Amino acid sequence: MGSTSSTLLKIPNVEVLMQETGFSPAHIIRLHDRFKALDKEGRGHLCPQDFGAIKELAMNPIGDRIIGAFFSPGKETVDFHTFVKILAHFRPVDKDRPKEPNSPEPINSRSNKLKFAFQLYDQDKDGKISRDELLKVLRSMLGMQVTEEQLESIADRTIQEADLDRDEAISFEEFRKSLEKVNIDHKMSIRFLR
Amino acid sequence: MASSVYLCLLRAVFLVCFVNPLIQGLSEDESVFQNPHHQQEENLTGLPIVTFKWHHVETPYLVIIWVFVAGLAKLSVVELNHHVISVVPESGLLIILGFILGGIVWGADRAQTFKLLPPTFFYYLLPQIILDASYFMPNKLFFSNLGAILIYAIFGTCWNAATVGLSLWGCYEAGVMGNLDIGLLQFLLFGSLIAAVDPVAVIAVFEEVHVNEVLFILVFGESLLNDGVTVVLYNVFDAFVALGGPRIDAAEIFKGIFSFVVVAFGGSFLGIGFAILLSLLTRCTKHIQIIEAGFVFVVGYLAYLTAEMLSLSAILSITFCGICCQKYVNANMDEKSVTTVRHAMKLLANGSETMIFLFLGVTAIDTEIWVWNTGFILLTLLFVFIYRIIGTFLFTWMLNKFRLVPIEVIDQVVMSYGGLRGAVAYGLAALLDEDKIPEKNLMISTTLIVVYFTVILQGITMKPLVQWLKVKRAAHSDLKLIEKLNNRAFDHILAAVEDICGRIGDNWWTRGWNRFEENYISWLLMKPKARKNRDYLFSIFHKLNLEDAINYVSEVRAQTGVIYCTILSFVWFSQLAFVSFNNKVCNTFTYNQGRYSDCNAIHLKDTIPSVSLDIHGQDRKNAMDDINAHHLLQQHLYRSRKHHRHKYSRSHFSINQNEDEVQEIFQRTMRSRLESFKSTKMGVNPAKKITKHHKKELTHKVMPNGHPDGTEVEGLCVFLPHLIEAGIENPVFLPDMDSPTHSPPWLMETEAVAPSQRAQRRLPWTPNRLRRLAPMRISTCSTDSFLMADVSLTLEEHEEHSQTDHVEM
Repeated sequence: MGSTSSTLLKIPNVEVLMQETGFSPAHIIRLHDRFKALDKEGRGHLCPQDFGAIKELAMNPIGDRIIGAFFSPGKETVDFHTFVKILAHFRPVDKDRPKEPNSPEPINSRSNKLKFAFQLYDQDKDGKISRDELLKVLRSMLGMQVTEEQLESIADRTIQEADLDRDEAISFEEFRKSLEKVNIDHKMSIRFLR
Repeated sequence: MASSVYLCLLRAVFLVCFVNPLIQGLSEDESVFQNPHHQQEENLTGLPIVTFKWHHVETPYLVIIWVFVAGLAKLSVVELNHHVISVVPESGLLIILGFILGGIVWGADRAQTFKLLPPTFFYYLLPQIILDASYFMPNKLFFSNLGAILIYAIFGTCWNAATVGLSLWGCYEAGVMGNLDIGLLQFLLFGSLIAAVDPVAVIAVFEEVHVNEVLFILVFGESLLNDGVTVVLYNVFDAFVALGGPRIDAAEIFKGIFSFVVVAFGGSFLGIGFAILLSLLTRCTKHIQIIEAGFVFVVGYLAYLTAEMLSLSAILSITFCGICCQKYVNANMDEKSVTTVRHAMKLLANGSETMIFLFLGVTAIDTEIWVWNTGFILLTLLFVFIYRIIGTFLFTWMLNKFRLVPIEVIDQVVMSYGGLRGAVAYGLAALLDEDKIPEKNLMISTTLIVVYFTVILQGITMKPLVQWLKVKRAAHSDLKLIEKLNNRAFDHILAAVEDICGRIGDNWWTRGWNRFEENYISWLLMKPKARKNRDYLFSIFHKLNLEDAINYVSEVRAQTGVIYCTILSFVWFSQLAFVSFNNKVCNTFTYNQGRYSDCNAIHLKDTIPSVSLDIHGQDRKNAMDDINAHHLLQQHLYRSRKHHRHKYSRSHFSINQNEDEVQEIFQRTMRSRLESFKSTKMGVNPAKKITKHHKKELTHKVMPNGHPDGTEVEGLCVFLPHLIEAGIENPVFLPDMDSPTHSPPWLMETEAVAPSQRAQRRLPWTPNRLRRLAPMRISTCSTDSFLMADVSLTLEEHEEHSQTDHVEM
């Protein structure tokens, strides 16, 4: 399809992008279309308001956190590359990918998916989910009927269950360990990003 | 259990005692029916105080009796399902109940007086079911999968018809069925009527089995759209049978194919035409809102009958009428009318479905129609089953090459297993002409058996099959708190990323269509007010700085000193706006939110322990804490879209709890956005790149200093959309306004702002902007936390400021 290749050419560094993320050309084009649709003023990058304009995200209790995950600390905009790279976390895992010893782990590996989720909780990026951060998450995900004391008690018990080295915070390793039984590949993959 | 048994007995007794003598009385009275008055006059010897006027009320009475009996049947079936583990789907139970009732009637009468006659079925029972299905159809999902649905509907049905017919013919020629007076064309005719997947049966069974929305829409859409093919095939083969073998040549076959195009597309366009008519009608019914609900049913039925009259596909007509009109009708009609339509639609559809299944059972108890031919019947069952599986897998394999989201094997299995036949097949079989088709009774018998097999047996085994096929699920109780929390968080994350990706085919075509639809079609078919409300309300709250609005009000009001009233009335208004917004939002976004049945809610309610959940700290044992924490999570975690998966249901629509949750989440999101915005505006961070489109225009417009009267409050709410109308952010959002006096008061700890300068940054009100957010609907569930909290916070803050403002001015 002529339009495919011409669209692909318009995107800078598209080969590198496809290699890093593993998306097929068709997906890159779809994502590019979506990016352009979100970027209503055509500036070539997205800002938080563009994400905020997605109505359904406002109905999501942790929607704003996820919006925040797209923006690297300090940056106010998201360009297409970052956009695609972050979305690449949600690709289903390639089961039959050959395991090259020297290549870096693909973005959509189980570990990277978990890291993404971890960063949603760990807002101050210190590598641990503190009690306060957990409380914030719980507060946003639980209904208004739950009192502050109940929230704190849940947060305490959660940390107790997961915290193995008794430092009142959940590190990434503890996080990963506590989610051993969960099928991350299934729970953090979007089928149509295959 | 006792109540259902009681009901069954009651009904049986009722039927035997009451109806039967009526019938007998009826047959006796027939002779005098011609001259009822004459008879009466002849026999009149004195003044009759009370007479038994059966013949006057006979027909409507029988109809109503059967409707009543159907209602009782549904009641007892539901009661039965409640007490007994629901293994058999309701439709199956209704059929069995129909057997019993049919037995009673037959026992009393030696003849089946209450059969399901095709005209009754096709004209009085079927239309409302299809209208209900199409009115509540999730349009976006439907149209995004339309390609697949069409492939299954058209080619799948043709494949089924052809293979079943040909295989049966082959077996007949091989001599398996013994001696029958039947030919190839008649086999093909039979194949065409047995091939169609039935929407009624599909809904009835899939309602109780939770499958993912794509799978559901594929099966459901196919069952609706295949009528176009079925009607054509049936009529074509019927005509061929009448013509006889030798006269069929290429021209006739070509005419057959052409007739498909005409029938299918003609029916669809007719339906769309009626949808346009309906939308225009509802657009004009502002002053007679009480009857506008009726138009939906009347026009829908008209669409059905007109298509039937023109020998086009009636089901397709009413389907597209419902699909196309829902958006505009819901937007145009008054809220109460919308509710009325929804409830009435569900009522009619439920009632019809009950009666259909009941009569399917009753009709079976009739010695006249039963012809048993083991080979024919068993082979039909076998072929229907096998070719459905083969056809589904074949077409899915072809489709998966083009689809972005391939249809998985599990879904294909469920799809092929879910190819249920139902009353439509029976109706078509009963319509056969006995003279042309001598084996009509055999076909009816076979059709009935196929229907019973699919509805009852496949219905029973569908749920276990689905569960068995699904991926092994972690047992709920074994999950730790953090796993539960994370599971739900992942659901939310996924939903959010899906929304960011614009998962439902956000490509050039859909965007182009959306634009076209917004600009032209909505302009034509929607009330202007409804059109403006649509996106507006969301934009308001997206870009709004409510607090700024409060401040403005407080400042202006400070001049007249009526601050308290204004803030309260503002709060009242914004609550209303918010609530009305939410109603609209929920209507607009229903497809996204999905609807879930009471099952979830009921299940959760059942898990509430009788112990109060008030956790008051330290004196609890650890175990109790644990249980309570788990229960709290279970009960209070917000549900993600996955849990609100759209499920078309005959008996439930969106539950208020869903809307409350959504409302709550939305409030909190908006509030946190406001607060984060406020905190960034506190000066620390450098100017965000926010659009400054009409900044120049802004600074030049002079705001009048508010009208200190009643319109002020409305004007306030009008001023909110105003800001959005201009396509800009709230002027206060605009960063780096050089002079500090331009910043809003709450940013300045010490300085107060001259209202007149602030006023300059507002857009002027114009008369036609007023009343835009009316009508407001007061909801009983008040939006407490969000607005009241904000108001109370700012109330104290700005009472101080207002004093200084007052002084300044």
